[in-house]
Amino acid sequence: MKILVCITHVPDTTSKINFKDNNTKFDPTGVQFIIGPYDDYALARAIEIKEATPGTTVTVLNVGLADTEPTIRKALAIGADDAIRVNADPADSFFVATQIAEHAKTANYDLILMGRESIDYNSGVVHSIVGEMLGIPSVSPVMKLDIEGTKAKLAREIEGGKESLEVNLPFVAGCQEPIAEWKIPNMRGIMSARTKPLKVVEAKAVDSGYKIQKFELPPPKGAVKMIPADNVAQLVTLLKTEAKVL
Amino acid sequence: MAILVFVESAEGKIKATSIEAVAYAYQLGDAVTAIALGDVEKSELEGLGKYGAKKVLHAADAKLNQPVIQAYTNVLIKAMEDEAADILVLANSSLGTPVAAKVAVKTGASLASNVVSLPDKSAGFAVKKSIYTGKAFAWVELTNPKKVIAIRKNAVDIKEVSGNAAVTPYTVQLSDSDFAVKTLSTEKATGEILLPEANIVVSGGRGMKGPEHWSILEDLAKALNAATGCSKPVSDMGWRPHHEHVGQTGVKVAPQLYIAVGISGAIQHLAGVNSSKCIVVINKDPEAPFFKAADYGIVGDAFEIIPKLTEAIKAVK
Ligand SMILES: Cc1cc2nc3c(=O)[nH]c(=O)nc-3n(C[C@H](O)[C@H](O)[C@H](O)COP(=O)(O)OP(=O)(O)OC[C@H]3O[C@@H](n4cnc5c(N)ncnc54)[C@H](O)[C@@H]3O)c2cc1C
Repeated sequence: MKILVCITHVPDTTSKINFKDNNTKFDPTGVQFIIGPYDDYALARAIEIKEATPGTTVTVLNVGLADTEPTIRKALAIGADDAIRVNADPADSFFVATQIAEHAKTANYDLILMGRESIDYNSGVVHSIVGEMLGIPSVSPVMKLDIEGTKAKLAREIEGGKESLEVNLPFVAGCQEPIAEWKIPNMRGIMSARTKPLKVVEAKAVDSGYKIQKFELPPPKGAVKMIPADNVAQLVTLLKTEAKVL
Repeated sequence: MAILVFVESAEGKIKATSIEAVAYAYQLGDAVTAIALGDVEKSELEGLGKYGAKKVLHAADAKLNQPVIQAYTNVLIKAMEDEAADILVLANSSLGTPVAAKVAVKTGASLASNVVSLPDKSAGFAVKKSIYTGKAFAWVELTNPKKVIAIRKNAVDIKEVSGNAAVTPYTVQLSDSDFAVKTLSTEKATGEILLPEANIVVSGGRGMKGPEHWSILEDLAKALNAATGCSKPVSDMGWRPHHEHVGQTGVKVAPQLYIAVGISGAIQHLAGVNSSKCIVVINKDPEAPFFKAADYGIVGDAFEIIPKLTEAIKAVK
């Protein structure tokens, strides 16, 4: 079986977000980058399938500039066999999805996994666009994925519950917990990742019809009003008359 | 400018988030047609006129009673064509977002999800979307003639206008390939208010000490007509179902009121709630980081405060 896992290179979840150049660019100063947490679930499930199914290969793909290579190496250390970096700034969902589809259309993957969304732009659409471009089904957010021959059984989270689904391979899945437990690379993985193949390819030009004009931070939160524990009635009054939310 | 709005339903009723989508479309341009799929009550469809829909297409084919993403996508593409719609508006959801993406690919439309406000048309057509899990926003220009916009809850104030919408049956052609993803079964909480749609959320953390103590939060939620949520460790430990987990890796909520009980306020939890209009934090530790993100706070033991709060709410209702 051939599995492709698409990963993002995103600010650590504890990062403070700032912009520069008159709010037109993300400011990476002091920010630590990680594999997107949802992508990390996808990767972990891919490695589990590989371990359970002899002959399986896992390729990771990232659309990013050279600074994403440590993140890609981490995915190799976790257990992927080889990697592809599409050398471009991941400008928007349509652009990224086009690059993934472009690579996948001739590579015959049985399974294309990624996170349900990236934690920078949160659009949550790349898996659906890739599926549509390749003409294969896409399902997200997937919280359970079991391969049964040429089919897969999936659980997809919906508002207030979940659906159990069945789909033939190949397909695209946007993953989330509890599909697998995050994997931490061990020393052997880190050593072997250094020599695993990482191929750099150039991007295909795309007009996405999507242009970021500027970024904005939310207004700072006002000071919290503390209410004594023995006076919950005061809280109710404030919620009614001041915050007007009751 | 003709606008099509995809409205979602559950148990025959239009979802609150879809009513917002209709209101959004009406404030964007007045030629609004809504489309509903599967089994929906007629009065619900007519009632969309109150939010600005002139016409409602109803594709009542029983095969569409279950929300099947590919089938819904193809129906919407056809309806956009039939209505000569340039814009499709829908709610960001487990159904709406993938459908939006697929329709955009097929129709060559510019796509924006997680949109939080009406477009700014002063220079092009720009929408504001939530990014970095609620920590920032981006203004994005949608440059293609066709546009697909998936809106987040509270993107617009709902204004009521008068009139019923004319409901027209809409016949669809479905093919087997629309059902390539087979739905085997659906498990869904019924009768309770769903977290992503709730105006008020009561959420519990590890400070609740165990699933057996959730009844006091449920009582409070009931008094407030609220949904219940939880922190990640709570769902990881199986105290609560996964779909109640709020935060960076769970559900992102934007209610009028979020009440956090026994939750420390880790940055990953805050990421899922920072778009709430008003946040109340109840925690026994005065140093809990959540207080910094709150509008109102009470330092104290949840097990004493929550039942009293429930009584106080009941007293004013
Ligand atoms: C990549 C990543 C993603 C994550 N995503 C999420 C996410 O989506 N959502 C999420 O919630 N977390 C997420 N986390 C975990 C997050 O970092 C915190 O660990 C988690 O939110 C803590 O949950 P908690 O507040 O319930 O528990 P704790 O941090 O243990 O806090 C319990 C709180 O209860 C208070 N308390 C105890 N007893 C009482 C009492 N009797 N009365 C009142 N208060 C009491 C304590 O003072 C304490 O503040 C993520 C972490 C990582 C690394």
